[in-house]
Amino acid sequence: MASVVAAPASGPVAAHRGDRLFGVVLAAAALAVPLLLGGLLLALLAGAWPAVQRFGLTFFAGSTWDPVTHEFGALPFIYGTLVSSTLGLSMAVPLGLGVAIFLSELAPGWLRVPVGFLVELLAAVPSVVFGLWGIFILVPWVRSVLTPLVKGALGFLPLFDGPPLGIGMLAAGLILAIMVVPFIVAVGTSVMRAVPTTQREAALALGATRWETTRRAVLPYARSGIMGAVFLALARALGETMAVTMVIGNVPQIKASLLAPAYTIPAVIANEFTEATSDLYVAALIYTAVALFIVTVVVNAAARLLVGRAARDAVLGE
Amino acid sequence: MVMRWISGETTRRWARALMVAVAVAGTVLPALPAGAQPITLNGAGATFPFPLYSKWSQLYAAERGVQINYQSIGSGGGIRQFIAKTVDFGASDGPMTDEQIAQAGGRVLHIPMVAGAVVPVYNIPGVGQGLNFTPEVLADIFLGKITRWNDPRLARANPGVKLPAAEVVVVHRSDGSGTTAIWVNYLSKVSPEWKARVGEGTSVNWPTGLGGKGNEGVAGLVRQTPYTLGYVELAYALTNRMTFGNVRNRAGRFIRPSLSTTTKAMEGALPLIPADYRVFFTHPAGRDAYPIAGFTWILIYGEQPDPVRGKALVEFLWWATHEGQKYAPTLLYAPLPKSLVARIEGTLKSVTAGGKSLL
Repeated sequence: MASVVAAPASGPVAAHRGDRLFGVVLAAAALAVPLLLGGLLLALLAGAWPAVQRFGLTFFAGSTWDPVTHEFGALPFIYGTLVSSTLGLSMAVPLGLGVAIFLSELAPGWLRVPVGFLVELLAAVPSVVFGLWGIFILVPWVRSVLTPLVKGALGFLPLFDGPPLGIGMLAAGLILAIMVVPFIVAVGTSVMRAVPTTQREAALALGATRWETTRRAVLPYARSGIMGAVFLALARALGETMAVTMVIGNVPQIKASLLAPAYTIPAVIANEFTEATSDLYVAALIYTAVALFIVTVVVNAAARLLVGRAARDAVLGE
Repeated sequence: MVMRWISGETTRRWARALMVAVAVAGTVLPALPAGAQPITLNGAGATFPFPLYSKWSQLYAAERGVQINYQSIGSGGGIRQFIAKTVDFGASDGPMTDEQIAQAGGRVLHIPMVAGAVVPVYNIPGVGQGLNFTPEVLADIFLGKITRWNDPRLARANPGVKLPAAEVVVVHRSDGSGTTAIWVNYLSKVSPEWKARVGEGTSVNWPTGLGGKGNEGVAGLVRQTPYTLGYVELAYALTNRMTFGNVRNRAGRFIRPSLSTTTKAMEGALPLIPADYRVFFTHPAGRDAYPIAGFTWILIYGEQPDPVRGKALVEFLWWATHEGQKYAPTLLYAPLPKSLVARIEGTLKSVTAGGKSLL
């Protein structure tokens, strides 16, 4: 204690022992995260090793999943994970951003607080509740209302081929959209609220409309925060297990139709892990977890790259 | 402010819980015989018998002072824990394979506890309970070869029932389960094509249909989607008032699934039940036998490492296969027939610790 008190007198900042300790502790904490991630990947690979040896990289291209004959391929699960998440985000992002812009820019104060509160409440609903709601409300609605509607309008497309089961990729995408919207709204609203009022006033003073102010002054300022919100939503969608497995139909197949049942990586792990009895079977399931890990990293990296380029283009453009 | 209020409140609540725990311990502990360590037997495995095992555990603790701590983590997990010897007993709806028994090392005993039936459930608007299914029709529907409800073979088994021309939507379990193991074992026995193309296990590569997670997932899909056919445990179908069918047995009669027809199936299969009880007794002989049923087993080692715990374990299993059986029907499990219990007595007597019998 005495040395800490005496330190300021001794001169340069670098010599401060308390600061050094502070720096070391924080660096250790920061290092712990990548170490944990690396350890996780190693542990997964160790668990998956029998399957890695047996199938190698063909595991990612195989489309048969047969626990009886011990033939395992993860392609239908990877496909289902990517397509259902993309579908969910393509609905959730425009909707979520729209709500966020409304709450931050247009809504009167008396409306903003209760609506914001309700949206955040939605984020707190456990996913199994969404799943049950999906089975009992969403799926029948998709089967009896939505499917006839889209089939009537766009039934000629292979995208909407097949019998109206209600269960399937479309239902999974819808439930994911509902589940990730609150993330986009909550984070989006707060980053837009953080844009200094002077920005808006400057735009309005130049004669910009509400739309122009939002588009030119608010959105560019909040861009990185909004992207953060979308990444968060994407991560949630890729890893979502319970709700998806309850509505997607759990059939490992690759079909162009959004009405057909499909399967995702988290769903197959949750479904089959408890009763997987042979070593190779367990290893194959852990190998799908490795696949999910890789998919998440690749998708995030690709999205970041895309965003980086878009941001640079935007700067150069102006 | 809010945080401080919560932490104050939780601290108080914890303190109160602690006081209650101390008070309870103070009143309960002296009641046990002085000097005797209270025994807790740990088990893990199948989810299907969990309601019965927890009822047994409650009754047995009150009656004998031995705690049974059962974790329903699934049959696969139960077998893994049993092989790793982290539990006193495992529990499974499917028998261990020879390979697994070799891994476990030592003498592994499968002790049947009760049986459960698996029933075809369906949702056809305008068609009520008790549709008749022949084994071949069931297999061909699940193979995707019979695709419409008004198929002539189905119609022939159901004279007088007006079957629609709608497409059959098959629903199966997506999670690995003992229910699936019994169902596909039956299909393998009655259909050579099923046996060759799909085979059996707790999860299989389904030729057709949708997957629902758990009994509730299958039930949810069947109940809400018209023209579906799935399978769930009898107990689940009964408590949820689902529409389920009859299945033709080996004697050629269409049998309504029930606890008594399940016990009849065990009786019919008795001569064929091997000494280690590792068998699915599907498709058995017997006039009134419902053909799609199976045991749920408790797995123990024939040579127990600890004489005291080992004795407590076999005594519990003795109680479970005798007095315990009378609690089975109210929880919708089929009790073991008397003749089978007599055989199990011999098996339990063969359990040893340090070379000495424990009973």
